[in-house]
Amino acid sequence: MSHDPRRDEDTVTIYERSRAGRRAFTAPELDVPDVAVEEILPAAAIRRRPPQLPEVSEPEIVRHFTTLSSKNFHLDEGFYPLGSCTMKHNPKLHERLAALPGHARLHPLQDPEHAQGALELMWRLEGALGEIAGLPQVSLQPSAGSHGELAGLLLTRAYHQDRGETRTKVLTPDTAHGTNPATVTMAGYEVVKVGTSPDGEVDLDDLRDKATEDVACLMLTNPNTLGLFDTNIAEIAEIVHGVGATLYYDGANLNAVMGIARPGDMGFDIVHFNLHKTFTQPHGGGGPGAGPIAVSERIEPFLPTPQVVRHGGDNGSEPRFSLDHDRPRSIGKLRGFQGNFGVFVRSYAYICSLGGDGLREASEVAVLNANYLKARLAEQGVAEYLPVAFDRTCMHEFVLSGRGARDKLGVKTLDLAKRLLDHGVHPPTVYFPLLVEEALMIEPTETETKERLDHFANAVRAILEEAAEDPEIARGAPYTTPVRRLDEAGAAKRPVVRQGMGENPGSPERAKNRPAGAAGAI
Amino acid sequence: MSRYTSVTDTDLREMLDVIGAATMDDLFADIPKALRLQRPIELPGGRSEQEVHEELAGLAARNRHCDAEVSFLGAGMYDHYVPSLVDALTGRSEFLTPYTPYQPEISQGGLQVMFEFQTAISELTGLPVANASVYEGPSAVAAAGYLAKLETKRTRLVASRGMHPHSRAALRTHAAGYGMEVVEVPLDDRGATDPAALTEAVDDDTAAVFVQQPNFLGTVEELDELAEAGKATGALLVCAADPLPLGILKPPGEQGADICVGEGQTLGNRLDYGGPSFGFFAAGERFIRRMPGRIAGETRDVDGRRGFVLTLQTREQHIRREKATHNICTAQALNALAGVVYLSWLGRRGIVELAELMLKRTHYARGRLGLEAINAGPVVREFAVRVPDLDGLFERARAARVNPGYRLGRDYPEYEDGLLVAITERRTKADIDVLGTLLGDRARAGAHA
Repeated sequence: MSHDPRRDEDTVTIYERSRAGRRAFTAPELDVPDVAVEEILPAAAIRRRPPQLPEVSEPEIVRHFTTLSSKNFHLDEGFYPLGSCTMKHNPKLHERLAALPGHARLHPLQDPEHAQGALELMWRLEGALGEIAGLPQVSLQPSAGSHGELAGLLLTRAYHQDRGETRTKVLTPDTAHGTNPATVTMAGYEVVKVGTSPDGEVDLDDLRDKATEDVACLMLTNPNTLGLFDTNIAEIAEIVHGVGATLYYDGANLNAVMGIARPGDMGFDIVHFNLHKTFTQPHGGGGPGAGPIAVSERIEPFLPTPQVVRHGGDNGSEPRFSLDHDRPRSIGKLRGFQGNFGVFVRSYAYICSLGGDGLREASEVAVLNANYLKARLAEQGVAEYLPVAFDRTCMHEFVLSGRGARDKLGVKTLDLAKRLLDHGVHPPTVYFPLLVEEALMIEPTETETKERLDHFANAVRAILEEAAEDPEIARGAPYTTPVRRLDEAGAAKRPVVRQGMGENPGSPERAKNRPAGAAGAI
Repeated sequence: MSRYTSVTDTDLREMLDVIGAATMDDLFADIPKALRLQRPIELPGGRSEQEVHEELAGLAARNRHCDAEVSFLGAGMYDHYVPSLVDALTGRSEFLTPYTPYQPEISQGGLQVMFEFQTAISELTGLPVANASVYEGPSAVAAAGYLAKLETKRTRLVASRGMHPHSRAALRTHAAGYGMEVVEVPLDDRGATDPAALTEAVDDDTAAVFVQQPNFLGTVEELDELAEAGKATGALLVCAADPLPLGILKPPGEQGADICVGEGQTLGNRLDYGGPSFGFFAAGERFIRRMPGRIAGETRDVDGRRGFVLTLQTREQHIRREKATHNICTAQALNALAGVVYLSWLGRRGIVELAELMLKRTHYARGRLGLEAINAGPVVREFAVRVPDLDGLFERARAARVNPGYRLGRDYPEYEDGLLVAITERRTKADIDVLGTLLGDRARAGAHA
């Protein structure tokens, strides 16, 4: 980020840069007879006024978006310990591979005979994910983690329906990601919350009470969102299976256990993977991702269509791959085509690069880095303000409570996070999980060096020391960012969610004197 | 040490010391022994960058992509030219590697892109509110169904058979979860949604009616008429649209659509064998608090400077949890960036010029191929025809490295001999003539038989 906060010009939108008559695009030659549009289309179908897209030259488009890019903090720039998001390095090789014409320029409806490389890549990725999860059957189709969750519950519904059972409830721990309960509702179930024990695990007594015959599923993350491995997982699985429900694994935290322990061996029936977390698909500022699922044999018949199928190849013959669309008990399609194939390319490249041993090492170092950073933040001068929520060995992430800083220094977690921005690091996930007061959820990942972790610990310490002197500094932070704290309440109260076009948006006067929320308000 | 980690032996000792653990293994003591994997994970060993590149490039070489043949495949994704500035800008680390903008002060670039994207989608669709992207086309249709359920509390969804088969399938799959029935309305003999059948299909319990513009066969639907028929009992009209032809087609929002969704691949995104691309979701003002996904909004900072934030977040899963309007979290921000860069490149006049070029080439192609039309109605970029000997055509075309298009039979048994032919600015008159000749050869061969 290199930004001079005094440059107001920076916030001009592409629409405000527009000047009638400018252009970047030149159309290819019209090589067929020129027939008037009105002769081809009925008058009622023809648009009378073109969409008000900007009129700008190519150099200005490049400069506009490059300037915008300079106002983003990003993983290639610095430490990004956003809990539950697994912001590990995105290898550059993957972008090159995804851009190969055989991947990027392959039409999704190409005859499978002419897409053998793509289908084989998918088949191999499915095999690798199945092995990592300890569940043999994989569908790559879901578009993101939340889509994988929905797939999991739709599969659960289909499984129970197939057995003639109607179930109405899904259990989620009170530490669950927000997507879990939202998914439960979208899948037509009622959410029942399960409590957390004093050591940060599922409250087994509460689970036993709530695990009734009308429960369809328990959705669990293990390690959980406190970064703790639930030591009672075998017993949890027994309770859930005892009432005929499925056990669902939210793979957001899979980065802690690759090659060390497998959800399938823990008793989970359905797992989703976040390829944009554990398997290095770059996050893109909010996607794309992919959320493949792995399931046990009893769930397999219900997997989405199409499925990649391998034929032959056993006795040294060349295997062939096809897409099976004829799956009568399937839940159907969650989306178009085969899924986010470009993401599969990157994640498969990652698995090839690391191999089985490398994946295990990635998890080990992720856990080592988290425990090291937790220990550094447990030192005097920090721990009295930011006590760890559950004082145990953590897995790949851990949660601190900002209660001490709030009570003793008058500095909230939000202030601490905003002040970290001035230190050139991305803050942790804040105010989640909900059961920890003033929570800070920290996930360093395996690709950070010890020096980066030390820098972060030192920055936190420095902020706390500074706050002891003058808490106003943190309360007013940040100071060095392209903008300072923004009026989010105002934005929600009177939403301006698009550029106004009522007057010439390209007028420089208008851009300069534009009152907050003037045009485009609804 | 694997390729992307950096813990030296010295680091390891120092770090374990600080932690107070003797070995790495101690850190995993919470995982019960019985649940630990007692063997190495069964995957090949790690490989060098060069070897991985060779391996995956080898797989890629086995795919016949759109530069390796003349392809008339469309049916939801299209072989458009993606300008170089899209690659250059979306490849920037600043856009490629941040997370969702949870800290707006250091995410103004991404947030302003979302705002500009929303504006472009709003302009194209003729609806005032657009979100910052959803996954892709068919699941966006399903998301519209969920909004209709929340809005109307009704239980039926009526979908034209002119909707993409994947959209109808995704709608059925998702509706099975949120508890709604999906009913289909047939196409008439011109390949358009039959308004009389639509009138008959809707009732007081119909939450939404789904149509597509242009429809799956390529027909430009008469949206005004369908809106009148479809909305008669208070249902919402959801229109799935290909955004590029909206350069010359009347925007769905001006023809009665309450919600317009669609597949954004045609806007500067690669084919990628089906994804990632983006879905878009636009709606009338009254639905703003029921929209799925992220929405960027304009605001001011404490110094009065203009800035952008994620707004109306009380709709979303991380705040509202089980009462959220949708469960979506990670969407398709980078693909939406490609979309708005592409639309800025086309510009106000370019989008019209490009759409007109497609229209005229499509018009030429339909005449040139000289086959019986399945959809005789107006088309802009794609059309369906009956081919007497489809297998023969595909065999001849394969040898000539031509892909004639999409065979309709799998999705539409009623069009067993149907071929869907897509035209983009990349398919020249010469390409169309080659396909015409392949079809003509068949006719001649037939005549001699």
